Amino acid sequence: MTRDIFQPSGQIQFGIFFQGVNSGTIWKTAESGSQTDFESFRRLVQTAERGKFAAFFLGEGLRLREHLGRPHALDVVGRPDAQTMLAALAAVTTNIGLVATQNTTYNDPADLAHRLSSLDLISGGRAAWNIVTTDNAWTGANFRRGGYLDHADRYRHAEAFVETAKRIWDSWETPTGPARRVLHEGQHYTVDVAPLLPRSAQYRPVLFQAGDSPEGRDFAARQADVIFSAHPKFDNAVEFRRDIVARSVAAGRGANAVQIMPASEFILAATDQEAQEKKDWVRSLQIGPQQAIAYLEQFWGRELSSYDPDGPLPEIDPVVEETSETRGSGFHGAKARQLADQWRAEAKDKGLSIRQFVTSKTARVDATFTGSYTAVADHLAEYARVGAVDGFNISPWLVPTGLDDIVNHLVPELQERGVYPTEYRGTTLRENLGLQTPVRSAESVQVP
Amino acid sequence: MSFSNRNKAGFLAIELDGAGYENLATAVLAAESAGFHVATFTDGRVPGRANALQRAAFAGPVTRTIAVVPEVDTVYTEPFHISTQLASLDYVSGGRAGWIVTAAESPEAAAAVGRSLVQGEALAQEAAASIEVGRRLWDSWEDDAVIRDVATGRYIDVDKLHYADFETPPDFPGLGYSVKGPSIIPRPLQGQLPVLAAASLVGGGLVPADAVDAVLVSAPTPELLAAEVRDVRARLGASVAVVAELDVVLDSRGEAAAWRSLSAQETGRARFIGSAAGLTDLLDALLKEADGVRLHPAALDVELDELSRVVLPELRRRGSLRPPIQDGTFRELMGLAPAENRYATTASGASK
Repeated sequence: MTRDIFQPSGQIQFGIFFQGVNSGTIWKTAESGSQTDFESFRRLVQTAERGKFAAFFLGEGLRLREHLGRPHALDVVGRPDAQTMLAALAAVTTNIGLVATQNTTYNDPADLAHRLSSLDLISGGRAAWNIVTTDNAWTGANFRRGGYLDHADRYRHAEAFVETAKRIWDSWETPTGPARRVLHEGQHYTVDVAPLLPRSAQYRPVLFQAGDSPEGRDFAARQADVIFSAHPKFDNAVEFRRDIVARSVAAGRGANAVQIMPASEFILAATDQEAQEKKDWVRSLQIGPQQAIAYLEQFWGRELSSYDPDGPLPEIDPVVEETSETRGSGFHGAKARQLADQWRAEAKDKGLSIRQFVTSKTARVDATFTGSYTAVADHLAEYARVGAVDGFNISPWLVPTGLDDIVNHLVPELQERGVYPTEYRGTTLRENLGLQTPVRSAESVQVP
Repeated sequence: MSFSNRNKAGFLAIELDGAGYENLATAVLAAESAGFHVATFTDGRVPGRANALQRAAFAGPVTRTIAVVPEVDTVYTEPFHISTQLASLDYVSGGRAGWIVTAAESPEAAAAVGRSLVQGEALAQEAAASIEVGRRLWDSWEDDAVIRDVATGRYIDVDKLHYADFETPPDFPGLGYSVKGPSIIPRPLQGQLPVLAAASLVGGGLVPADAVDAVLVSAPTPELLAAEVRDVRARLGASVAVVAELDVVLDSRGEAAAWRSLSAQETGRARFIGSAAGLTDLLDALLKEADGVRLHPAALDVELDELSRVVLPELRRRGSLRPPIQDGTFRELMGLAPAENRYATTASGASK
């Protein structure tokens, strides 16, 4: 009975999301470190572990973002392979979870399941997989399969992929063997594999998922342990929780079976006023004049360098009907002309220059917690009390020092309030998140 | 190039598969402090064996000097992923990464990814294509592509990024494919990782000799190994380093090697069975012919003991071993020149 009723844990946890390609990480100051040197990753992951963070996330990119037909020059770009980096970080950490974002479209299920098992075993049961999908042929140009998947198929394909991976991990009669062969014959691939690696200390890698469409939410409710959500604002978070609880109960899982960790950004200082000033400084470095123009160019589909970043939005129309998907994540599919009209009106209405307007569009308004350490700690304690979220996945705006103030100041405030762990519960990610050991999936499950 | 200095000291590699994934840090540190120059990590479908590249990545940050070199298959893995993973391995090891190219003739590997079995000469063509993709992607960022120019707001100089635009040749036996690029990671610290492959995969209609930096040479017996090294060198020319492969079973801990060897698996490689002193003499002779020798111990912890206490110190005393280079790169250890970038626009004028 209690299985169907959600019970707040009264706690929140933190994860860190090392983003890779993005405009949120500031590269223009003296403190901005390398985005690829191992030292940047080591310092961040060890700081996070000092702050008892549950998990360290790495993003994935399979093709460089482009702008007007060339690689995009203005933002942070270039990143190591997630699993390779996490295997190395496993050697310099002991408790923190290691989460690899990995695409279901340009991997093979048996190969990915094997590599995730390897990471899980090497790290002593700390691996997780952040499941993402893609369907774009532009990314496919880097792979043997090419762009073979229709947009409509991507969740069906992803779910068959995840089911196959789970069956590979579940194929062991006992923790050490023997393993049953796993067969899958589907529309997109055929798998016939005798699994090689035993269960890890946490049984199998923890599964994260980030889809937000109704299909994505249902997929997560059926398959994921944790949702990497896009709803950090309190009211939205509560609403999202309600929705996910309903979906996971409907999927035959418990009300507490799926945890939620929204993406977030923290801008903190000793006082609220200092934090506000810091925020202006952060925003000015995230979106410079060139980034503001380039942002509009992505939607206008044409060069706009003759426009003044401190002037009004361009009066000329976009040259494209629909922004091309060949620009990388986040920019495809928008109706350009319609959007331009809407934006010009909005900017005029609010009296915003190009730069101010783009800053308002790109800043993670909902996702940003700005304020003094104590005020933000009070605010987060409220999330913990009602169980709005299980934690926050923090994108630092500075690498590699971006977690220092959070770990040194915010974490102790939260610990004093009794809403944040003071020690790791165990050595595996599953233990530290308080997740249950998975129920072994039925051998008969065959997703077409 | 240094490979022509035939009588110079060589390097020693050790295969660490026996360490599994649980004792990896201990094993690689023991190999490094014993004075081994290279740790290799075999791959392939064996129960209990974790991914080789990830084991190598784990070993990277705990060591300073030893090169970490995984086997990575080229037939059933994605060239784009391989290239990125190996470049990443170079970053996490401070420029001590290499790549042993394998081409698996494995029905199990084919079935696992739902592809038809690749056999015969087609294996070498798959390998050659993957090496070419890997190398182009490593060069697809020039060394100074990240400029962080605050004045112009540019993080990278896009003129220093290049499309790989690889296409399999018209006579490619399997399903042809293309890879666009550029890589998603800046050029590896070494520019190009040293690429090694079995000698049987290289030369004469197989993987072109200039696609690899070193070949691994096997023979049926230790006695035939030096002659095989000379033959391969004659066949492939002086630009490719030659590494001799040797299984070792040593007298140890009161047990005779001959007795211990009864339980050792047949590998098809030359096998030395005997005392540490006998092995020292054999290696001393082999290192005069080959650029390096890779040892495959019968039981890692047992042989590593003898090797570090007796064999390597004596080889060092005789001057047969190259001194390890503290914080050096694998390329430096191999005596390879800095890798030129095939796409570089700045180094050699403005020509493309």
